Amino acid sequence: MDLLLSAIDVLMRWDVLLALTVGSVGGVLIGAIPGVGPAVAIAILLPATFSMDPIVGLTVLLGIYGSSMYGGAIPAILINTPGTAVNALTTYDGYPMTARGEARRALSLAYSASFFGGILSIICLILFAPVLAKVAPLFGSREIFLAALLGIILVIIVHRGQTLIAAALVGFGIFINTIGLEPVKYSKRYTFDQAFLSSGINLIVVVLGLFAISQAFYLLQSDDEKIRLTKLRGGLFQGLRELFRHPRVATVSGGFGVLMGMIPGVGEFTAQFLGYSYAQRTSKRPEDFGRGSSEGLIASETANNAVPAAAMVPLLALGIPGEALTAMMLSVFYVHNVVPGPQLFQNQMDFVVALYIALLILNVMVLIFLLFATNSIIKLIKIPNRFLGACILALSFVGVYSLRNSMSDCVIAAAFGVFGFILKRLELPVIPIILGMVLGNIMEVKLRAGMARVKTPFDFIDRPVAMILFLMIIAVLILHFHRVLKDRKELKEAKWSNKHASTSFGKFLSNRKDYLSTERGKAVRAKRLTSFPPSTDKR
Amino acid sequence: MSDKKVEEQRFPAPLRGQLLFAGVFLILSVVLLSQLGEQTKWVNKTNFAAQPRFWPMIGLILMVGGTALHIWKLPRRRFYAADWIEARKWLFVVEYALWFFAYVVVVPIIGYLFATILFMPSLVYRMGYRKKSILMWSVVFGIGTVVLFKSLLSVKIPGGLIYEYLPGALRSFFILNF
Repeated sequence: MDLLLSAIDVLMRWDVLLALTVGSVGGVLIGAIPGVGPAVAIAILLPATFSMDPIVGLTVLLGIYGSSMYGGAIPAILINTPGTAVNALTTYDGYPMTARGEARRALSLAYSASFFGGILSIICLILFAPVLAKVAPLFGSREIFLAALLGIILVIIVHRGQTLIAAALVGFGIFINTIGLEPVKYSKRYTFDQAFLSSGINLIVVVLGLFAISQAFYLLQSDDEKIRLTKLRGGLFQGLRELFRHPRVATVSGGFGVLMGMIPGVGEFTAQFLGYSYAQRTSKRPEDFGRGSSEGLIASETANNAVPAAAMVPLLALGIPGEALTAMMLSVFYVHNVVPGPQLFQNQMDFVVALYIALLILNVMVLIFLLFATNSIIKLIKIPNRFLGACILALSFVGVYSLRNSMSDCVIAAAFGVFGFILKRLELPVIPIILGMVLGNIMEVKLRAGMARVKTPFDFIDRPVAMILFLMIIAVLILHFHRVLKDRKELKEAKWSNKHASTSFGKFLSNRKDYLSTERGKAVRAKRLTSFPPSTDKR
Repeated sequence: MSDKKVEEQRFPAPLRGQLLFAGVFLILSVVLLSQLGEQTKWVNKTNFAAQPRFWPMIGLILMVGGTALHIWKLPRRRFYAADWIEARKWLFVVEYALWFFAYVVVVPIIGYLFATILFMPSLVYRMGYRKKSILMWSVVFGIGTVVLFKSLLSVKIPGGLIYEYLPGALRSFFILNF
């Protein structure tokens, strides 16, 4: 109880309340504009939050992170374009509902499901916090190194079909983090005797380049789309009633969100996929999924909104960010000399609980805001792409230039912008680079500290938590290679199935027809030539 | 359907440009790896994992290995016309990067406010918007950005050189707020 009161005391400041309002409203608006998304907004705002108190800065960023998915559901449902990447699954059932004139019902259901997911995860984590406080001190250097290694492996293997290039991009992240002066031996690494490389490549510059500037380039190169919006009719409260008709789907999907959010490198997509698959498998009407099923909409929205609060667990308890947005937030901690990790849970538990309460209040504020302001927000969807691109480019300048007023930072950010644009065009993942940078740094520091007392390789995993993490890494790798072999088998089967007798006969007939047509054409042309020979007279 | 076509269909991303990107990335990675001895140090009496060379090596080996295997597993390992069309699209983006540089260069000279007021409508015009209303909105957005970040949030953006020509109080007001 004392903990709760001191946490509320941390929040009872006008600047924190203002940050909550700005974060929640701003997050919804950013989420509602397709093409912006929380990563771009957080990357741009990051340097501005450095001058704020940690709780204020983190509240703004958490607000944007937590509320953008609410806003992202609006274009996903109304125009079949997800506002944020994680709302992609919402389009499956949200848009068909709009197409049959139930846009208001779909929006209301999405808001209610998101609210339920958000609240469920926060309650779970507040209840879980004392356990975390006991477990976190068991993590020493070796355990944190192994947890970061697990995160790196997971972020590679979740990119199914692209694991090899994801591994290369993680390697790129690890490499660019090492550029500059090595912190222990003070030797230069890959500076090529250039002064601007001696201080290293700043994480925020890379983040701004890969997320904000690349997105600006992408929008500037795209065409504007004509958007037709449906008029909203009916009450927005009906979704809450409908949600209570599917408590099992909402709870299980929210549970997936909490679990997947806590595992570094996994995140919203897996949570949504698991929640949606579960809902479809257990539904009485599985054929409705993808055609406007309320259960499908509840599953996807509950799962993705349960992730943000859960994603703060590895960040706060171990100092390990599980995905790009929490990686950006880590820099806010570092700037203020607040080191997330076991010590934070032991010494500043009120700060941790305050963050969770802030998220709780934020969800309530967002729901109230959306219930009354949806009609105005939907106008934001109409902002033209290229105009939006110009705005993001202007805002990116603030983010990059205000860091150190350095021209070379701007050049590096623009170079990463072009690189990020190419990755976007090729649909290759950007997140492995950021996590490679952040987790690579953590691994370097922790491995050096961990190896100091290690004589044989087994000593590294002789503590229970280290052993569990090591076994998890082995299990994850075995499961991955099992899946790779299964995929190869499926590919082989697909190749064989295309070569059965009937298709071969069909191909034979098609070839024969082509041959006959060609021959017929030749005969007709020859006949015409003999009947009407071309004139050779000069005119 | 040929074996290659099945693989192409199952590839989770567009194939155009993949080989070109991976090829260039691989060449750069190999060049960087070849510089490992030159650009990093080996310190005597230090654990292998604590060597300054260790982590760049890990990163570069992952880059080289991952990209090489990615190319090997690509369903199409020959260049097609689509690859070059894609490369041209990548080159077009350099124009926007130049716009960004121009903005960055101009801010310390004419100041954040005037540079933004100039940059926003110019880029919007270049993007093909001719309506007065949208050009007006771009100016409003520019002023709003400057007021929010420089005047209210006090982010570190230096005052323009031209502010030096303003009279006393107005000069410091402009340097502080715009």
